[in-house]
Amino acid sequence: MSSDNPRDAIVESTAPLTDTRDARMGAGADDRFNSPLREAFGTQPFILTKFDKFMNWVRGSSMFLLQFGIACCSIEMMHTFGVKHDVDRFGAGVPRASPRQADCIIVPGTIVSKFAPRMKRVYDQMPEPKFVVGMGSCTISGGPFQEGYNVVKGAEEVIPVDIHVPGCPPRPEALVYGIAKLQERVANGESSPVVVKPYELEQFGDLDRDELVEKLADEIDEETLVMRYNWADSP
Amino acid sequence: MSADEELVETTVGSDLDADGIAALLGEAVLDREEHLNAPGFVIRPDAVQEVLTKLRDEAGFDHLSCVTAQQYTDRYESIYHLTSYDDRQREVSVVVPTDPERPVSQSAEPVFRTADWHEREAYDLVGIEYEGHPDLRRILLPQTWQGHPLSLEYHQDKPQIVTLDAHKNPLEADHRGNSETMFLNIGPHHPATHGVLHLKAVLDGEQVADVEPDIGYLHRCEEQMCQAGTYRHQIMPYPDRWDYISAGLLNEWAYARAAEDLADLEVPEYAQVIRTMSAELCRIASHLLAMGTFALDVNGDFTAAFMYAITDRERVQDILEDLTGQRMMFNYFRLGGVAWDLPEPREEFFGKIRDFLDHLPGAAEEYHNLITRNEVFQLRCVDTGYLSPEVAKSYGCTGAVARASGIDYDLRRDDPYGYYDELDWEVITEDGCDNYARLLVRMREVEQSARIIEQCVDLLEDWPEDDREIQSNVPRTLKPDEDAEIYRAVEGAKGELGIYIRSDGTDKPARFKIRSPCFSNLQALPAIAEGEYIPDLIAALGSLDIVLGEVDR
Ligand code: SF4
Repeated sequence: MSSDNPRDAIVESTAPLTDTRDARMGAGADDRFNSPLREAFGTQPFILTKFDKFMNWVRGSSMFLLQFGIACCSIEMMHTFGVKHDVDRFGAGVPRASPRQADCIIVPGTIVSKFAPRMKRVYDQMPEPKFVVGMGSCTISGGPFQEGYNVVKGAEEVIPVDIHVPGCPPRPEALVYGIAKLQERVANGESSPVVVKPYELEQFGDLDRDELVEKLADEIDEETLVMRYNWADSP
Repeated sequence: MSADEELVETTVGSDLDADGIAALLGEAVLDREEHLNAPGFVIRPDAVQEVLTKLRDEAGFDHLSCVTAQQYTDRYESIYHLTSYDDRQREVSVVVPTDPERPVSQSAEPVFRTADWHEREAYDLVGIEYEGHPDLRRILLPQTWQGHPLSLEYHQDKPQIVTLDAHKNPLEADHRGNSETMFLNIGPHHPATHGVLHLKAVLDGEQVADVEPDIGYLHRCEEQMCQAGTYRHQIMPYPDRWDYISAGLLNEWAYARAAEDLADLEVPEYAQVIRTMSAELCRIASHLLAMGTFALDVNGDFTAAFMYAITDRERVQDILEDLTGQRMMFNYFRLGGVAWDLPEPREEFFGKIRDFLDHLPGAAEEYHNLITRNEVFQLRCVDTGYLSPEVAKSYGCTGAVARASGIDYDLRRDDPYGYYDELDWEVITEDGCDNYARLLVRMREVEQSARIIEQCVDLLEDWPEDDREIQSNVPRTLKPDEDAEIYRAVEGAKGELGIYIRSDGTDKPARFKIRSPCFSNLQALPAIAEGEYIPDLIAALGSLDIVLGEVDR
């Protein structure tokens, strides 16, 4: 039997199955557990779907966002959570204060060298599967501050980003659209491959012994986690 | 000190003109300079404390507004911009040159406490060292940073290494010193820090024994960006991003004012009225958010107040969007005026503003019912977070923070610009000195702003059609005179927002320094919070209303 064609019991009358069941249970049995669903499906009350498909649907329809403000874009993010735009209508409006409870992190702002390791820390604390929405030009390339001596040229240098919402700042409508797009992708079971990040946190002792490392060797403990910025090679 | 004595002291000081000051300072003065805003005195690097003490105690300059550091090819220079809380228009610049090989000068920290952070910043970005400074570490950049980015020989492409050890897992080995106290790490990712601020708090039981703000998590090189842009158009977009809580136009005005005075540009009266009106709209938006988030900080159940504030902000943003085309990053001011006239049809636009103004008193009443008259809120805020006027002055606090400590200081009145001196409004002060007073000042200021806007709308409605000049004639490339220096401030949403510009005769500034009100206000946090309970620390932080984009720049 091809799975394209439903069983007779589903399209045809359910009477034979009901009869069989009634015959088994005997007359006067308690029908408390009989639901319309059972009525429809007969004695095998199953819906068959793939478990991960189901999970994807659940994930996409109920996203917990991390309450994470960095810079100007976070003000527009607050407006997106606020009354007029209300991203809660789209099943993504529960801002969590702790990364351990969040599925999705919106990165709303400029990332600078001092903050990047902290942001990576926050991202690492989120449970899998996790998704990232980059909000604003700053998370794409550094935005208006790209030339700055201290500015990381895009969030992608630190963590993998699923959706980029361009704008400076993006309007709340744009952010809602970005979140909806992400939900759509999650529901379809897509998520971006985790790329190898150029700036992983490393132990200081593992770095190549170049001039800079030698210079800092007395100050920094070998075990300390560090992030290395090579501005010349960033995009 | 009694009120009489204070009066005598200020009158003694305020007689002094530039020559009088030179006489007062005596042989500490090496040379005289003329800045566009004030006389400048070049002094010996080892006489800083002596000079500043004299100026403060004998000439009435009790407000160290800003410290600018810069490097010339043959020397380093720190400039102390002094002024007075009683008379903002009296200004003096104290210029301290130092040797290029060994840039060391005396620290001003013992005289003005606000110099602490300002000098740390100067050390961090430019590389001047201050002798006698209690704690000369980097403040904005990571401790392991190599080089001083605003000095002349800095190479921006150098690799850098940044450590993560500053906040090791706070659960392990978190006892500092003897075990009576506990170290608590707050931030940089924390909902109550209003962005990416990091507080290192040491607790003694429930009480705060010591708190140290650690900033620099949003240091976006604003000064470098402005130094790389041309005066006419390339700098104006950046001010919007300093204080980004919709206070964009107020910041733009700070730059516009400094640059216009530097290049001697006129602004048509019509444009001034538009500027005044739109800037006050920004102030309302900014204060509303301050109020909403403060309510949330004090009690997480005040979500309603926060949501109402956001809704009202939406209204303001709508009006500003009609005017400027953007919700937050307006880029609407131009040197010599504004970018374009009010939107057509004008009646509809005015109608929208008037609707908002009519809605405001009712909304304000509701906020008072929800927040300030709420018993829980009062218990939390009245008499907590005390900031005395003397301490506020020595930290250089301005804006609502200073006015809530009874310091009657508002640049819109004391150093008039725009159209403010033609309008009828009041400077709000409170003398509660506590968290409650700081909120009250902001809420009452919203009402004053509404008054100002209303008068501006009246004026604009009747403005003759053939006299609507929005921009004066500004040369295409602006090249102010070589070596002209200016420090000008406006009343931003958080306080005195000052800009120092030095021109080198090209179309880009040679030094662009931003004096951020939040930077000075935040510095007072330890003085406010020490000895308070830990929840009151959060409330005090909320009542200072900082925005990290402006603290770190
Ligand atoms: S993209 Fe623009 S608005 Fe967003 S954080 Fe960057 S500068 Fe601010």
